[in-house]
Amino acid sequence: MKVSLNWLREFVDLPESLEELRDTLDDLGLVVEGITHVGEGLEDVVVARVNEIRAIPGADRIRLVVVEAGGGPLEIVCGASNFEVGDRVPLAPVGAVLPGGFAIERRSLRGVVSNGMLCSARELGLSDDHVGLMILNDVPAPTGVTLLEALQVTPDVVFDISVEGNRPDAWSIQGVARDLAARYGRALRVPLLGSPSGDRATAEVAGAGIDSPELCQRLTVSLLRGVRVGPSPTWVAQRLSAAGMRPISNVVDASNLVMLELGQPTHPYDADHVAGRTLRVRAARAGESLVTLDGVARELARAGRGLGDTGVDCVIVDGRDRVLGLAGIMGGAASEISDATSEVLLEAAAFDPMTIARSAKRHGLRSEASHRFERGVDPELALVAVARFVAVLSQSCPDLQWLPAPLDERGVMPSRPTIHLREDDVERALGTRIESSEVRRILEALNFSVLDATGTLEVTAPSARGDVREAAAGRADVIEEVARIHSYRALQRRTPTWAEPGVLSDRQRLRRRLRDTVVDLGALEVWTPTLGSDEDFDLLHPGAKRVRITNPLSAEESVMRASLIVGLLRAWSRNLERQSGDVVLAEFGTVFAHPDLAGVSRRTRGGAGGALEVDLPAENERLTVLLGRVDDDARHAVALWGVIVDRLGLADVVVRSRDALAPGLHVTRGAELVDRSSGAVLGVLGEVDPRLVESVAPKFASRRVGVLDLDLDALGDPQRATRRSSLAHVPSRYPSARMDLAFVVPGDVNAADLAHALASSDELVESVRVFDVYRNEILGAARSVAYAVSLSAPDRTLGEAEIAVVRDGLIQTATSWRASLRA
Amino acid sequence: MKPNPLESLDHVVRDALGQLAAIDDLADLNGAEASLIGRRSAFTSLQKSLGALAPEDRARAGAALQEARRRVEDAFEERRRVLDSGAWERRMREDRLDLGDVIAERVVWSPRAGHPGLVAITQRELEDVFVAMGFSVAEGPEVESDWYNFEALNIPPAHPARGMWDTFYVEMGEPETVVLRTHTSPTQIHLMEEALASGTLPIHSVMPGRCYRRDTPDARHLAAFHQVEGLVVDRGIAFADLAGVIETFTRAYFGDDIEARLRPAYFPFTEPSAEFEITCTICRGAGCRTCSQTGWIELGGCGMLDPAVFEAVGLDPEVWSGFAFGFGIDRCAQMRHQIADMRALTENDVRFLEQFS
Ligand SMILES: [Zn+2]
Repeated sequence: MKVSLNWLREFVDLPESLEELRDTLDDLGLVVEGITHVGEGLEDVVVARVNEIRAIPGADRIRLVVVEAGGGPLEIVCGASNFEVGDRVPLAPVGAVLPGGFAIERRSLRGVVSNGMLCSARELGLSDDHVGLMILNDVPAPTGVTLLEALQVTPDVVFDISVEGNRPDAWSIQGVARDLAARYGRALRVPLLGSPSGDRATAEVAGAGIDSPELCQRLTVSLLRGVRVGPSPTWVAQRLSAAGMRPISNVVDASNLVMLELGQPTHPYDADHVAGRTLRVRAARAGESLVTLDGVARELARAGRGLGDTGVDCVIVDGRDRVLGLAGIMGGAASEISDATSEVLLEAAAFDPMTIARSAKRHGLRSEASHRFERGVDPELALVAVARFVAVLSQSCPDLQWLPAPLDERGVMPSRPTIHLREDDVERALGTRIESSEVRRILEALNFSVLDATGTLEVTAPSARGDVREAAAGRADVIEEVARIHSYRALQRRTPTWAEPGVLSDRQRLRRRLRDTVVDLGALEVWTPTLGSDEDFDLLHPGAKRVRITNPLSAEESVMRASLIVGLLRAWSRNLERQSGDVVLAEFGTVFAHPDLAGVSRRTRGGAGGALEVDLPAENERLTVLLGRVDDDARHAVALWGVIVDRLGLADVVVRSRDALAPGLHVTRGAELVDRSSGAVLGVLGEVDPRLVESVAPKFASRRVGVLDLDLDALGDPQRATRRSSLAHVPSRYPSARMDLAFVVPGDVNAADLAHALASSDELVESVRVFDVYRNEILGAARSVAYAVSLSAPDRTLGEAEIAVVRDGLIQTATSWRASLRA
Repeated sequence: MKPNPLESLDHVVRDALGQLAAIDDLADLNGAEASLIGRRSAFTSLQKSLGALAPEDRARAGAALQEARRRVEDAFEERRRVLDSGAWERRMREDRLDLGDVIAERVVWSPRAGHPGLVAITQRELEDVFVAMGFSVAEGPEVESDWYNFEALNIPPAHPARGMWDTFYVEMGEPETVVLRTHTSPTQIHLMEEALASGTLPIHSVMPGRCYRRDTPDARHLAAFHQVEGLVVDRGIAFADLAGVIETFTRAYFGDDIEARLRPAYFPFTEPSAEFEITCTICRGAGCRTCSQTGWIELGGCGMLDPAVFEAVGLDPEVWSGFAFGFGIDRCAQMRHQIADMRALTENDVRFLEQFS
């Protein structure tokens, strides 16, 4: 909201320093987002008459212009050409400082001295026009006067203030001034108001009614006679310009001025074009439509897409029940003020904020008025605003009459809660003691009424503060007002302490350990998009049900990812194109599954009041590592996994190869990571399906890409990911015996499964480790697997005979796995 | 009567189908394309001979020729499909690797330092500061119902405050009931509900996580971003405690010469609410372009928990009080490393990633 400092000063005395004011506004929660200086630099610029234009020898872009500005002829070099002798133009003489701080000096160009600068409107900060000089022929001011005088510009400062959603009262000059007055402990002045006159009561010539009291809190209808439509006085135009609004005509301008000043939107109608000179408020009926002032035909009373939007539109109708406008949002064209208007029917009302908000959203129509009604306009303000309107319009319509007893209908008025503020409430909430008298002063300055009832203040919110609630919530609202005016910066600070120590969650510790491990082994952590296209999704899950965004920014970002692989491949390929892609990339991220597909449903409360049961997509956190270095393949994924198993302290996880294991994985180079004791799958590893590499990174289709894709939900669950025993195993003090055993193992027997069986076959077996795998054509699908077996006993050195017995047992165990000792 | 050039058509088709069946290699098939259905095929020469026919016979003969040609073309494509998948299966078969047999010690792995993501680094630093201050770390889901993301936080349907967030809705259930969380605040509600159900109050937690907003990415905003939320629910907690925690955190994370200050703001789930600003880390308070010459930059929002939130989760506001705060993790990274364009965080350019450790 644009707030003119001159305008503010009409309401309250303020300090001179702009820095101080800006700081105070910020500290009041009226955050200043920008400051504009109106008329800055124009005090040095004067109106000059062009007396002569001469060419400068050897220069075709610039000319020498001789002007008169009251102090004798001055020679100025000028590059513009949109003027002639006799024209009047702005002159910035030597020594002037233009808006933006540009200082004018005497300069010499092509041997000619220039004694100043002739200016365009843009150079003066008056408009964006920079085609040529600003021509002042129409301005009725003698040469030599300053531009400030000539254009009747009053220097001003305009703050661009952002008003928070819980400050319906601050959407006006008066509202901002009230906060400042409360902070500075100064009086808030009331603007000049008009009063009714004329010989007939309004009810005799006009009508008003509320048919839907739940939509309209109050409707006032006034009849103004003696209206002569014309331009506004300069001060009105200046006020509107400062607020960023264009002056239109005295009637419309008065309406806008009152809205900006007091926060009450009003709507003037040409009384001759309103049937029965009657305004009524009701809900629009299905099938009704309206052409709004912006020329758009709008269907009314149609349910919207928004949650709980049943399509209620509040409309203003005339005496024949025809729709004149969308109440509080925008009027229709039929009853608009025109040059011929002589009598005005003025609507000043207050509507249900939620109804206006929904309507405005549904119709995609936001106006200065709807903005204020959505937040809640003070229902007691209507006739004050009309009185101000009359005072303003009287200046250009001396015969203006506001007929006595304006029509005043009331619907459901919002309640004004009374809050009981106990003695220590403020201190308990803020941790700072503020004297009761100061609390009272602040609240009264903000128009709260305060009654002192021994130990408790009974605080009643003003009608302008629709944001203040009942009971405990209302108490918090009131305390915020006290703190705000008192200044947050003046409140005390203390650092609380408590007995409970701070800890990371198990998931976080797991994630940190995983991250440290893969990063130490060379991974670069990336962040790829959660939202992708249908095509991306179909790469891995063609045609499958997916989690879709209702309102995506684009089709490329409309589906929630079900895997991190595609994003990682894309990041890898882009880096390869820059010759920096021979890297390992890793990402921690959530993947999503449609509840119809996910094993477990995530059902929770949703909808209005949380009354519905809502199914949410299943979420699963993954760590996916893409091994994209030149020689990387599935083996590197296995090696990486081996380190992770160790770092996480997992007891025993088998890398179990399976064909066509998971979408995106190479069909014959993929394996599940299966926890031996729980049987749970902790993730998959292998190579990326070459067809996927070809689709996503066609330039690099010939490369193998290793991949490790871990399920953090499984890894973080001790029931699924079995940890090593925490009990320490102290190795025997006696030397271990080592033997190597090579078996021919059938293709369908996992080498680690056999190792596990061997290790479990005798308590003297300390460890079993694969150290060689050998295949040849004679072996066929089977292969030779060589195990290094270490034996030890806690209390002795094992003897040869003992070792031989164990060896026989191991061979027997192997046989039961269809593995035969290799000769 | 002239001999009909198409008398041999049946024979041509039989011959072509026979040849196709005999080809069992994709390269051979491609090599035979021209002679079976292409330029050098019998169909092409037969096509030319049609000109010799009487006009009344020409149309009928042409149709028969087309029909025959199409049969051979279909058979050709079918053969290609069979050989294609056969070749693929053979390639996969030959490529087979039993990953259970891989001996990790034998895999060549060249040492090279990797790099954690900048967001992860920043998040870890922030978590460590808060853990040292006595906060536990909790997390929540990225997809929430509107109840948790909005209504329990005192933002009912159609409340103008819902417009404060540009929300991505998920196509699921009733319209606008499932959302990508727009802030980490719904995790507060989960925490309070859990603590209430399990009798583990008080709560002193921070909740980092990814959030989403429907906003075209630019130098200052990304459509996905990371926040850290703080929540304290305890007995006798006041605004002074909130201000103290913010100040302690600011000094611990940004340094002793960086101050924090609060100014009034509006969030539906806190009252009183505040925006918190810290001394501009670029100019150290002297005033620069980044801070619009004010010497301060906005970091996040905070406030005392609104009684309406207590009511939504069923906590007694006469017994418990508390505060919440939240700010952007990415923004902290941006400030600390002076990243002019936030989009660098999601572009995943190795040259960018390699700078942080
Ligand atoms: Zn700065």
